[in-house]
Amino acid sequence: MINKSLKQLGAMLQDKEISSVELTQEFLNRIDRLNPEINAFITLDKDKTLAQAKHADSLLAAGKGTALTGLPIGQKDIFVAKGWRTTCGSKMLETFIGPYDADIIERFDGVGAVNLGKTNMDEFAMGSSNETSYFGKVQNPWDRSRVPGGSSGGSAAAVAARLCAAATGTDTGGSIRQPASLCGLSGLKPTYGLASRYGMIAFASSLDQSGPMAKSCEDMALMMNVITGFDQRDSTSLNREKEDYTRDLNKPLAGLKVGLPKEYFAEGLDADVAKVVQEAVAEYKKLGAEIVDISLPNTKLSIPVYYVLAPAEASSNLSRFDGVRYGHRAKEYGDLMDMYCKSRAEGFGAEVKRRILIGAYVLSAGYYDAYYIKAQQIRRLIAQDFENAFKQCDIIMGPTAPSTAFKAGEKADDPVAMYLQDIYTIAVNLAGLPGMSIPAGFAPSEDGKQLPVGLQIIGNYFDEARMLNAGHAYQQVTDWHTQMPEGIE
Amino acid sequence: MSLNSADIKRIAHLARIEVSNEEAEATLTKLTGILGLIEQMQAVDTTGIVPMSHSQDVTQRLRDDVVTETNQRELFQSIAPAVKDGLYLVPKVIE
Repeated sequence: MINKSLKQLGAMLQDKEISSVELTQEFLNRIDRLNPEINAFITLDKDKTLAQAKHADSLLAAGKGTALTGLPIGQKDIFVAKGWRTTCGSKMLETFIGPYDADIIERFDGVGAVNLGKTNMDEFAMGSSNETSYFGKVQNPWDRSRVPGGSSGGSAAAVAARLCAAATGTDTGGSIRQPASLCGLSGLKPTYGLASRYGMIAFASSLDQSGPMAKSCEDMALMMNVITGFDQRDSTSLNREKEDYTRDLNKPLAGLKVGLPKEYFAEGLDADVAKVVQEAVAEYKKLGAEIVDISLPNTKLSIPVYYVLAPAEASSNLSRFDGVRYGHRAKEYGDLMDMYCKSRAEGFGAEVKRRILIGAYVLSAGYYDAYYIKAQQIRRLIAQDFENAFKQCDIIMGPTAPSTAFKAGEKADDPVAMYLQDIYTIAVNLAGLPGMSIPAGFAPSEDGKQLPVGLQIIGNYFDEARMLNAGHAYQQVTDWHTQMPEGIE
Repeated sequence: MSLNSADIKRIAHLARIEVSNEEAEATLTKLTGILGLIEQMQAVDTTGIVPMSHSQDVTQRLRDDVVTETNQRELFQSIAPAVKDGLYLVPKVIE
């Protein structure tokens, strides 16, 4: 049962083969057994979770169930949930109890889904390995000595270890797609503005988007139907008509133009990963897709641009943590300034501090034009690359990450090497486009383990239904997405 | 552009983060690497390119000037480090 999709589990609930309480308890039992090692969840609240399951059962009994009613979902600990401890992976918020619900929490609650618990993450979503979490690193279920990716590493590991049927994530520079790739699951970052950022603890507001992490594209489509929609509480939320993301799942792919950016297959890409991605592309050819060579010439610049813009926005967003209204306050301090400086020094981890400092530096007097404005100008060039590319193709494919999961500690001391993990994902955030990663096979590690490889699919603005169609068609003819790691039975 | 540890301490002060001399030294090495990465931007000619702050060219929405929030002072202050009589407590600012 643990390998069933949301869609299948939902059908079992509708047919009364199992109750939501039983299903939820099954996953809670698995968490009890496996989470002490994998560490995918930071906070559990079984009473709250089971109360939601009970409520879902009453909805189902009354015939008021919808697609996700009664299904247990892991919620990334970046989303504020009323009455739930919400830490964002930081000591700063170690004791923070959410006083309200994030939009995404409200939406899942609204359809009777069950909040199974809050998943681990890199501190304030700053990281690509989940090693910056104050609550300890997360193991990759495929090889416990390796990282699950980040920042949504807890959500990815939870789905991969079948501790939940699906989870939510957020993606500022690749934080849904890269962990999905490293843990062998499907993850989608929607077009910027489709999912509300209300109650999602802000990292870089012009880039942050939440999205689904699940076992299949069909499940992600069901979750997208819940996650997306206008929210007046988010100033960049887009007021568009609601879409049904399942509508095109079964469309044939004949004639679909798939663009392969030459920059995504250049130096820096692991040869075994390249091979898996090429095989996936060959499968798409068989499905009737037409392959087009394209170029995204400014790809390399996306990393420097991102490491100006994201820290700049972060330094501003994280200034709210001052030890006054909520969050950590130092025990001993002198005057107000000392209280701020000590509380922040104690509450933030090393990577978060580094990014705040970079942000403060690039925004400081005399440097603003040289860094911040320059980065925003190049951001436009990067967006124009995609605009030009989409004149030649319908969707873009390539690797999600340059390598498979790396060993814990391997890049922890080298921020620049860590940042390069996101070379193929960051440009998508800068342009505000939708991007997703789906399992495309396995590549051998240097010590002989078979590790998951993700295929990235990038769509034009608001083209999620087409991307999900492309992913679903592939998942009908391959079984990479249904494979489970060993040792999680 | 090269930074020294005095610069780090100055930036840290701007960001209201206390750093010791040892921390400033350690941060200097890492920040220098990151700034080296960022420096790649300077090779690009961006004359005349309009800076892009958001992907969608949306304007700020306006709403009616009416009260929409209810008073939740007690709830919000229940998670504060120090409060008294409905006020947040901080060290004395004005002598």
